[in-house]
Amino acid sequence: MAIAAFAGNATAVDATPRRRSWVALFLLLPGLLYLVLFFIVPLVSLIITSLESQGLDGSFAYGFVVSNYTDSVSTFATQIWRSFGFALIATVIALLFSYPLAYFIGVTARRWPLLQSFMLILVIAPFFISFLLRTLAWKTILSDNGPVVTALQGLSLMGPQGHITGEPIAVVFGLTYNFIPFMCLPLYTTLERLDLRYLEASSDLYASGWATFRKVTIPLSLPGIVSGTLLTFIPAAGDYVNASQDFLGGTSSTMIGNVIQSNFLVQQNYPAAAALSIVLMFVILVIVSVYVRRSGTEDLL
Amino acid sequence: MSAQEGLALGRAYASEPGDPRRRQRFTLGKWLLPLYCVLAFVFLLIPIVYTIAFSFNTQTGKSNISWSGFTLANWTGVCDQQDVCAAFGTSLLIGAIATVAATVLGTMIAIALVRYRFPFRSAVSLLIFLPMATPEVVMGAGLAAQFLSAGIPKGIGTIIIAHTLFCLSFVVVTVKARAASLDPALEEAGRDLYGSPFAVFSRITLPLLLPGIMAAALLSFSLSFDDFIITYFNSGTVQTFPTYIYISAQRGIPAQANVIASAVFVIAIAIVVISQLVTQSRRRRLTSARP
Repeated sequence: MAIAAFAGNATAVDATPRRRSWVALFLLLPGLLYLVLFFIVPLVSLIITSLESQGLDGSFAYGFVVSNYTDSVSTFATQIWRSFGFALIATVIALLFSYPLAYFIGVTARRWPLLQSFMLILVIAPFFISFLLRTLAWKTILSDNGPVVTALQGLSLMGPQGHITGEPIAVVFGLTYNFIPFMCLPLYTTLERLDLRYLEASSDLYASGWATFRKVTIPLSLPGIVSGTLLTFIPAAGDYVNASQDFLGGTSSTMIGNVIQSNFLVQQNYPAAAALSIVLMFVILVIVSVYVRRSGTEDLL
Repeated sequence: MSAQEGLALGRAYASEPGDPRRRQRFTLGKWLLPLYCVLAFVFLLIPIVYTIAFSFNTQTGKSNISWSGFTLANWTGVCDQQDVCAAFGTSLLIGAIATVAATVLGTMIAIALVRYRFPFRSAVSLLIFLPMATPEVVMGAGLAAQFLSAGIPKGIGTIIIAHTLFCLSFVVVTVKARAASLDPALEEAGRDLYGSPFAVFSRITLPLLLPGIMAAALLSFSLSFDDFIITYFNSGTVQTFPTYIYISAQRGIPAQANVIASAVFVIAIAIVVISQLVTQSRRRRLTSARP
């Protein structure tokens, strides 16, 4: 499936490029210029904004106010921790949910290519319906009068005053659901290439099914696990739709994305929003580089 | 022991086919995994079915939450809600322009990365990877801060700039994967036969890359069409389909929004299914043509 290509496909080993010419420059220049102009420069202007000082009249001026960082981090420490906590939980659940699914599509269903592509289409189907509408659909389904709460209360698994929406559990649920395809596709692309003879060899050597899975299948699918977890964790940590109060969140589930959004677009406190953005970006880059290095899949990038 | 050695040893000490342990595991996995997958697919499809079903709901109030009877009125009168239709049109326009821009720029970079040698190669790769590792909210805030300090008013133009930016890296990755799988000898053959660089590109490279480019364009369009977070930071007063839904979420989404989302869903799935069938039939033809 072509769409799986964006999942950090590790097969694309460069055929050693031999030629060196001005053509490369011509091909690279417009795109790279675009990236510098609209990605690097904005990051720099975000850093500049994050250090601006606020005058008495409320306007912002160039400055070097490091306290923008310390103030906003200490004020919103809860939201920062919560964002990474939610993202981590959602990533783990999405991995546990997706692995068997990806294994079935990529390994078990190999003999039936039509079924395989049918199931892949089902996995990516959520991509094609509006992200906001499907989150709102969950909001209605999980709402206090919705089928899930009614059923749980009927089974006495939940008190009559219990909620799902507005609670952290709903936000984590929404994050998990929305990023499952991002987890599933890279897992599928590595599992699809898994050489089954290694599994046979393992069981021929009297390894139990569990030992084979743990020592052969998982290590061989590690590139997929790494890119899947990154593709889930990064957008989940910065998301502010699921945690928005009009969607699945409530007052006790605000994430860092919500804080950045409201500081930037509502309160127009640009330095605070910029400082928090830089913190979020920095933490994610540190996590990504440490994670990728420790799992030994640098060539993935 | 390396996996290769393990493989060789495994063949040498192949166990009896009637190993009871193996048979038991086989039957258990045989039923459990498919059952799990069916349930997982049902779970994944719930909100989709819900959204499509409520596009047929008779709308009573402003919101479209409780079921009050089947109707086709929302489908026949999609543009009765002018805001929805206008937002949809804006999204299509932005998606089209951003897709073309990102696909052209990204394809050029991908070809350069695969076919040419140049200095600062790893820096270039990093520059392409970074936007994909950046949370959308950071990218959106960064662009908005830049537009703010440069005094550029937010509008359709700024949304297109933002969408082209986040689609670009995905285009590079998608087309690069395709370009890397091409045999450079084909282009060399073209040059050996005195094809001009332009002829080699337009008659050999481009047709071979086309499936990858098409996939990248499709991906770009769906990313652009569904983007909310970056758009919201850079849209100003312009409403795209997602920002319309976000703003209307408080007072209730009209059923017409469900109609548009459902129609887009059906068209997208149709495109994917058709392209999949074409690829498979082509593959079958190619394999059967081989001696």
